[in-house]
Amino acid sequence: MVDRIADPWGERTPYGPGQEWPVRVDGYLADGRTEADVERWVQSASVLHSNGDALDIAVADGRIVGVRGRAVDRVNRGRVDPKDLYGWQANHSPDRLTRPLVRDGDRLVETDWDTAMGRVVARSKELLDGPGGWGHFGFHTSGQLFLEEYYTLGVIGKAGLGTPHMDGNTRLCTATAAAAMKASFGTDGQPGSYTDVDHCDAIALWGHNVAETQTVLWMRMLDRRSGPNPPAMLAVDPRATPVAREADLHLAVRNGTNMALLNGLLREIVQRGWYDSDYVEAHTVGFAELCRIVDGYPARRVADICDVPAADVERAAELLGTSQRLLSTVLQGFYQSNQATAAACAVNNLHLIRGMIGRPGAGIYQMNGQPTAQNTRETGADGDLPGLRNWDNTAHIEELARLWNVDVDTIPHWAPPTHAMQVFRYAEQGSIKLLWISATNPAVSLPELRRIRRILARPELFVVVQDLFLTETAELADVVLPAATWGEKTGTFTSVDRTVHLSDKAVDPPGEARADLDIFLDYARRMDFRDRDGQPLIRWSRPEEVFEAWKECSRGRPCDYTGITYEKLRGDSGIQWPCTDEHPDGTERLYTDGVFNTDPDYCETYGHDLSTGAEFTEPEYRAKEPRGRAFLHTVDYQPSPEVPDDEHPLLLTTGRTVYQFHTRTKTGRAPQLDQAAPDVWVEFNPADAARLGIAEGDLVGVSSARGAIQARARLCGIRPGVVFVPFHYGYFDQDPADRTPRAANELTITGWDPVSKQPIFKVAAVAVTKLADGRGVPSPAPTVGGSAPPADATCRRPSADRPPRPPA
Amino acid sequence: MHLAHYLGLLHRAQVNLADAFRQVATAHAEEPDIQHLCQQQAQRCDAHAEQLHPFVVHYAAGAPDEPDRLHSQLFTGTRTGGIGLLRDLQDLYLMAAECDITWTVVGQAAYGVRDEDLLAVVLRCEGETAVQLKWLRTRMKAAAPQALVVAD
Repeated sequence: MVDRIADPWGERTPYGPGQEWPVRVDGYLADGRTEADVERWVQSASVLHSNGDALDIAVADGRIVGVRGRAVDRVNRGRVDPKDLYGWQANHSPDRLTRPLVRDGDRLVETDWDTAMGRVVARSKELLDGPGGWGHFGFHTSGQLFLEEYYTLGVIGKAGLGTPHMDGNTRLCTATAAAAMKASFGTDGQPGSYTDVDHCDAIALWGHNVAETQTVLWMRMLDRRSGPNPPAMLAVDPRATPVAREADLHLAVRNGTNMALLNGLLREIVQRGWYDSDYVEAHTVGFAELCRIVDGYPARRVADICDVPAADVERAAELLGTSQRLLSTVLQGFYQSNQATAAACAVNNLHLIRGMIGRPGAGIYQMNGQPTAQNTRETGADGDLPGLRNWDNTAHIEELARLWNVDVDTIPHWAPPTHAMQVFRYAEQGSIKLLWISATNPAVSLPELRRIRRILARPELFVVVQDLFLTETAELADVVLPAATWGEKTGTFTSVDRTVHLSDKAVDPPGEARADLDIFLDYARRMDFRDRDGQPLIRWSRPEEVFEAWKECSRGRPCDYTGITYEKLRGDSGIQWPCTDEHPDGTERLYTDGVFNTDPDYCETYGHDLSTGAEFTEPEYRAKEPRGRAFLHTVDYQPSPEVPDDEHPLLLTTGRTVYQFHTRTKTGRAPQLDQAAPDVWVEFNPADAARLGIAEGDLVGVSSARGAIQARARLCGIRPGVVFVPFHYGYFDQDPADRTPRAANELTITGWDPVSKQPIFKVAAVAVTKLADGRGVPSPAPTVGGSAPPADATCRRPSADRPPRPPA
Repeated sequence: MHLAHYLGLLHRAQVNLADAFRQVATAHAEEPDIQHLCQQQAQRCDAHAEQLHPFVVHYAAGAPDEPDRLHSQLFTGTRTGGIGLLRDLQDLYLMAAECDITWTVVGQAAYGVRDEDLLAVVLRCEGETAVQLKWLRTRMKAAAPQALVVAD
């Protein structure tokens, strides 16, 4: 088998348009085991990226010993991402939390569940007593839990405590995808299907380094590219990622200028007559306004703003405008950048005016960054309401109140649910007094970490952290609850293209660790939440019972799960929602008839002004008479809130490597992955490096107005004027007494998109100084992916066979 | 013709609103959305004032004396804290509302005097003032329960 650290994408299985993607089964068994040694294979899917790849967990002697891709599944046809091949080993890490911890002065000490939960419940009851008690609670959850856990948490928050302050790490990864789909199509819900790769004749990747963020989807694209009649490819990214190197056309735009580029491309497409006037007429609202705005963006002006050749803008428009089956994918280069929602909507506009939606090959993926992010959006554990309901539509709130048997006004619906950055702001100001963080690590992942640490360390703030390990966030907690993880509990989750998978429990969790669902249910029981008739608010106890309850909540909504059962998910492929009695096999594509979810009684939002986030009212929305047509939202380009100046002359962008996920809580504990990308680095264009006197491997200080880090320099293909730092690296594996600042988010801005409220990670102004000579030793940056050095450079090549580093 | 006075009123209201947006942005810089969007809206007000200026000059020629008590003071400085933010946004709201109704009045006069150029400016700008009102209302609605019911 191919060394999947050296080659994360493995061997090609070429195929042509309209053909079925060939099966290729990937797997890894540790310690020289063979399949004959495996006692049981337990069905699951990936939780280390958002692609939703189906895999089976190999069990022997009561332990996980490996994984194997599920050939039967529509998403991956047997393939497995390298993070999934090796990442499961973190389950067995000796530093797993096995007992609850409570704070005793400046220490965390082990205790039993009764004591730990007793403290959480005592503080909760104290805070809930009195008017406005709900407002003292904040929840910051994850993109890694299961649907059943999110739904339970959502009911606890909305109908138990009655607080709108619930969001999560998904705000950093997926909020703009949701906001853009709501704005354009009326509700959340991915129009496309992964099978659109099989049919398309052009692929446009908008700020999406899919080769490193969703490797299996990239394998699918590469297999089409190496087969007959391959699709054309356009990449928009300031870095020379594998996607940019593969693409026929790469636009390395200046960070923060996506909106200008899209307006320019749309202008070309309109002016050259490459739009579908019948589709526009029948299925969209706002074309005249779109034309009026994009008219101000001739290719020359776009070239100036974005710093790309005008001829390339025209070539890109031609590639997009002359394709017959166009597939677009969008991710953090848009979602975490300036004018995020507006730029993501502009990609929707491109497809709408070309009629490239709802048929094979003509699709959009507004991607997610995390494996179960989709489910937080569906169930309302983030800034949404369960079942993709509209917080401003009283009839929708009444449905939830009936379902949960509570008074309508128990459920907060006076404003949208509070977004994550505002939750932390309320905690900073002291009005939120209890912050419950589950399965995520804001002390490394949120912007401007010095501020986040200061908030979490406030003595007045009672912090509950529920996790597998003593993360950088857990170190600051008052109570730490040891959680079970993937493979140790049962539940479902859903991929970017709406494919629902079941993940069964394979082994027991270590020590006293408990499933997140059981922790939430225990809290609900101890808090004694009641419905309107005095009965327990939450009456379920097993994951499958929650799933059945969730199905009722989803009934009649776009994410209708009523046709899915655990039984149906076992054995065969995952199933795409909506899945109902009428569509028992699920639904491959949405909007096949060009009728969108914009009906005022059905839609998830009455809309926003995209430049300010100002909300429109129901009467204003009705006056637009959407009648099932999609909205073409278009705005002018506005410069980023932070641009380089004399003091901070470079632009910082942050992102991922293929070998790590999130803050390395798991991947940093899998030897092969840790070894492949062991430490932080900072990328420079060789021209900038030469000007600054920096060589490969030199130790460099990077500073912004908010903080500073140290990292070794990698010279590579990033655009001039821009530096890149991966956001994975925190401090858990450094000596607490001697921590060197290295987290990218020490530098980033506290700021967010006005509509999606997604933080802006792609446009911080920084200064750089050389601290020490590298003496010819290359930086720890992988030589694979966006950080690949020029072909003639000598750098350490990653390999799965290299022995792990000895323990520190 | 008294149009010059109302153009002057609107011009000064836009200048004052720009200044107030900037003061609120600075005073509440720890609220990043307030800081960023107030700066952005201040620039919109600047642009409105700039577009109005030639008409102020044009109609001022030969206008009668300005009537008494034309101008009113709606903003006397910023406050601090959660309720202070709410109250500051409310000041901005009232100032934007004054601009909003004054655009309407000036627009009516532009029809009366058959000034197509002035009408074009009104039509372009009054929608942006309406968005300012809408944004301030949105932000205040979200902030009010926490500031008035929850915070100590």
